[in-house]
Amino acid sequence: MIEQNLILVLAFLPFVAALATATLPENAHGAAAWVSGALLLAGLGVMAGLHGAVADGEPVRAVLRWVPSLGLNLSFRIDSFVWLFITLVLSIGILVVIYARYYLAETDPVPRFYSFLMAFTGAMICMLMSGNILMLVVFWELTSIISFLLIGYWYQGQAARDGARMALIVTASGGLCLLLSMLIIGQILGTYDLDRVLASGDLIRAHPLYPLVLVLFLLGAFTKSAQFPFHFWLPGAMAAPTPVSAFLHSATMVKAGVFLLIRFSPALGGTELWFFAVTGTGMATLLMGAVIALFRHDLKGLLAYSTISHLGLITALAGLGSSTAILAAIFHIVNHAVFKASLFMAAGIIAHETGTRDMRRLSGLMRYMPITGTLAIVASAAMAGVPLMNGFLSKEMFFAEAVDWHNGTWLDNALPWIATLASIFAVAYSLRFIAAVFFGPAPTDLPQTPHEPVAWLRLPVEALVLACLVVGVFPGLTLGPTLNLAVESVTGTTLPDYDIAIWHGINTPLLMSLGALAGGVILYFAFAQRIAEGPEGPPLLHRLRAQRLFEKGLLLLSWRVPRAVMAIIGSEKLQTQLRTIVLLAIAGVGLALWGTLQQAAEPRTNALNPSFALMWIVGAACALGAAWQAKYHRFAALTLLGGAGLVTCLTFAWFSAPDLAVTQLLVEIVTTVLLLLGLRWLPRRREEIHEDTLLPARARRLRDLIIASVAGAGIAAMAFVIMTRPLIPNIGDWFLRNAYYEAGGTNTVNVILVDFRAFDTFGEITVLAIVGLTVFALLRRFRPAPESLRDLRPEEEADAETRSLADYLLVPSVIMRWMFPPIIVISAYLFLRGHDLPGGGFSAGVTLAIGFLLQYLGHDVRWVEARLTVLPIRWMGFGLLIAGATGVAAFAFGYPFLTAHAQYVDLPLIGKVPAATALIFDTGVFSLVVGATVLMLIAIAHQSLRLSRMREHEAAEAQAKEAA
Amino acid sequence: MTAATLIWWALTYAQFMLALAAILAMVRTLRGPRAQDRVLALDSLYINAMLLFVVTGMRLGTPFFFEASLVIGVLGFVATVALAKFLIRGEVIE
Repeated sequence: MIEQNLILVLAFLPFVAALATATLPENAHGAAAWVSGALLLAGLGVMAGLHGAVADGEPVRAVLRWVPSLGLNLSFRIDSFVWLFITLVLSIGILVVIYARYYLAETDPVPRFYSFLMAFTGAMICMLMSGNILMLVVFWELTSIISFLLIGYWYQGQAARDGARMALIVTASGGLCLLLSMLIIGQILGTYDLDRVLASGDLIRAHPLYPLVLVLFLLGAFTKSAQFPFHFWLPGAMAAPTPVSAFLHSATMVKAGVFLLIRFSPALGGTELWFFAVTGTGMATLLMGAVIALFRHDLKGLLAYSTISHLGLITALAGLGSSTAILAAIFHIVNHAVFKASLFMAAGIIAHETGTRDMRRLSGLMRYMPITGTLAIVASAAMAGVPLMNGFLSKEMFFAEAVDWHNGTWLDNALPWIATLASIFAVAYSLRFIAAVFFGPAPTDLPQTPHEPVAWLRLPVEALVLACLVVGVFPGLTLGPTLNLAVESVTGTTLPDYDIAIWHGINTPLLMSLGALAGGVILYFAFAQRIAEGPEGPPLLHRLRAQRLFEKGLLLLSWRVPRAVMAIIGSEKLQTQLRTIVLLAIAGVGLALWGTLQQAAEPRTNALNPSFALMWIVGAACALGAAWQAKYHRFAALTLLGGAGLVTCLTFAWFSAPDLAVTQLLVEIVTTVLLLLGLRWLPRRREEIHEDTLLPARARRLRDLIIASVAGAGIAAMAFVIMTRPLIPNIGDWFLRNAYYEAGGTNTVNVILVDFRAFDTFGEITVLAIVGLTVFALLRRFRPAPESLRDLRPEEEADAETRSLADYLLVPSVIMRWMFPPIIVISAYLFLRGHDLPGGGFSAGVTLAIGFLLQYLGHDVRWVEARLTVLPIRWMGFGLLIAGATGVAAFAFGYPFLTAHAQYVDLPLIGKVPAATALIFDTGVFSLVVGATVLMLIAIAHQSLRLSRMREHEAAEAQAKEAA
Repeated sequence: MTAATLIWWALTYAQFMLALAAILAMVRTLRGPRAQDRVLALDSLYINAMLLFVVTGMRLGTPFFFEASLVIGVLGFVATVALAKFLIRGEVIE
């Protein structure tokens, strides 16, 4: 039990750290580092506590019920392999935090850096611990997204933005492929549980979809681990701050891909396809990375390609798949993380102290920073595979695996040669890193005079280099047992007590190592001069940059192709778009309903009421008239629309929906004013359009008339058929029966809105808030077309510039002012009775908004705003907050979100009144509706205000000119 | 003839006459000729609808039509005011 809780603590610790650091002030460097470091250290403590249980051989599991109704659980598991990996992540994480504390400039914003770093650590750890393959993908994508944010930390730079975008696109698309493969695996096996997937390797391999699964899976793993041909994002990601590069792009995140390969090798590996795809890609990446690394002039560029190369090595080992290969792979994961993190940090120190990362300008730094130099030399030796270093050991094991016979294919036979060749280049670039930077003549034109960094900045490097040496000299004592356990937990078989030792006697791997060392030294000293003078990249190949190809592809796919397709199938004309939509709708509905839409055998009808029949004639005539006039007489069309809307409200009431009728009436009024406000900005009608009477125009209009008639008649027919069907028991009956007993309200519509379906309402008001804000934001930037800037006043009035509004509307404006309190009372009335009788938060909100609107109508804006301060954004904010808080409050009583409670309360003088928590929710709705409606109306109204200001300004200028 | 029958006849007649009035208002809305005529016609449509709500409510004996007529009575003029102001000043809100 205690282990399960420890796992959950481990999963949440980094996220807690992220939350804590996110709330710190911008410049709290020390505090952020302490908080992050302490919580990571606590994580290491948890790992120590888990060690005993994990070492017993059985994975430790913890399950957190997440969405029980869907069977989705957060299930975590830790076995020895995961334990080793998490310990590695946490340890290097702590060192990176220490390093970052002294690396970041005082002005760099703190919360963003540390909270992202901690969130990344959390995502990584949860990915490693996932016991469910879908959850694994979720956290996998989370690491991609957070790494995007971290690479783009210095977003002011173009390189950082480009690098971040490229990394995100490549790794996230890989993640999608991974998701697909996991879904297919889930379909094949019927489970997403990791343990069962790992145990069902035979089933997956025998399935016809196995090649597809494998390819998608490998796309995911290879993109993350920067394998050829997806390697190009990693050098681009070097625009990140160095601590990030050291943590993500050498030690941890890129290792996620190889982690996955090793983890799934029992389930997917062991086939020839796996061998060729994984080992082949790994060897290609190993060689290519090593070659390119030698030719990079940028320190971090060299290290990035070296990382790619080493990842290739691990991938190749995972492809071989034998127990000893897996052992070598895991060992190299650890070793590479240790020495590469220290090298990145050393490179960061050099760049920090000298101001440049260009190896052609750096030289002879040993005399300025001897300690850093020594550390870098040891770490480079580990990278090159010099004996007595940790890198040497795992490389030897890799060589031994390469020499071993596996399946006799050409690739298997070529392995030793490729490995040795890549090693020669690895030795050469390691040597270049040291020789070019630390030896040679003193540097001449550095931006800064270099000196040793502060001791704290060097401390993480020292710790890592010490680890290189200790593991290198005493492998069996330090990592041996842990590695053996880790391999057991991956392959499930007990390893025949493999002994990691420095000296195995003189054998082929040792000769290969020595040969590579000698070859590398010769290679570097023979070509050092020409490499330094050459271009950034290997000869001939430097022109072919995968990065540039990617950029071109991106441009093509996200810019040119869409635009070309748009030009062919799209249209910017509103008429064409509308016509297409309507035609598609007709076609779709026609296909779906053809032959199935039938009048019920016994249609349900009401007796015809002659007066209502007359009213419907009014409505229909108004609607037709509006359509008729819409093109040339917008004002008339608007008036007619008002008539049609009114009859609609009447119909709602007649068909026993009084609630709807009230709401629709209010909306009708607001809409009329809103359209009027918008009408002012539409371009003026052109009096004569001479093509208008020609045949093509007539034909076009006839076609549109037919389309419109078919669509309208179709909808009318559907509505008629549905409404005349006999009543069947449906969910509405349930609502009607239970509205009072379950929710304490007799107005079922309102009860549905604020109780039964409150979550939907919550979503809807959120949307309303977003729409309101969007309208506001759009109108703030709205600049009307020049032809709309005309004076709209009728000509006989235009001379009356000086006559104020009050002269025109004195009596009406006083009445409107007096109407304000009654409208507020009506709004309160509609609101309070909403739960039991027609009304509710929405209609009350619109009513109050009309009240405000009326004041704007009756007086000019300045008069109103000098006396009445409406803060629509606050109304909206409070509305959302109240509605949300009501929902959350249900948690406090142990009920799900938005559970309502209803009871009667005895008030003095008034008596028993119903008091439901739904009323509080409705208050939120009310407040938000007021805010959003007023916000939109005022935003449009202020356009006119701006216009009149401009006019005044011009008049004043003209006067000034005249006076002069 | 009892009181109930009388009221029934009266209400039915009122309903029909109101609907007829609405038809006439509609004709004015459609024909114009001036924009001012249309606005006036719309306003009388609103008044007709309000009365129709009241009469129908009385005829069916339910209180549920009352809110709708209340809303038209108190707020129905807002649309008319806005339309009228647009015609006078060229701006709804200035």
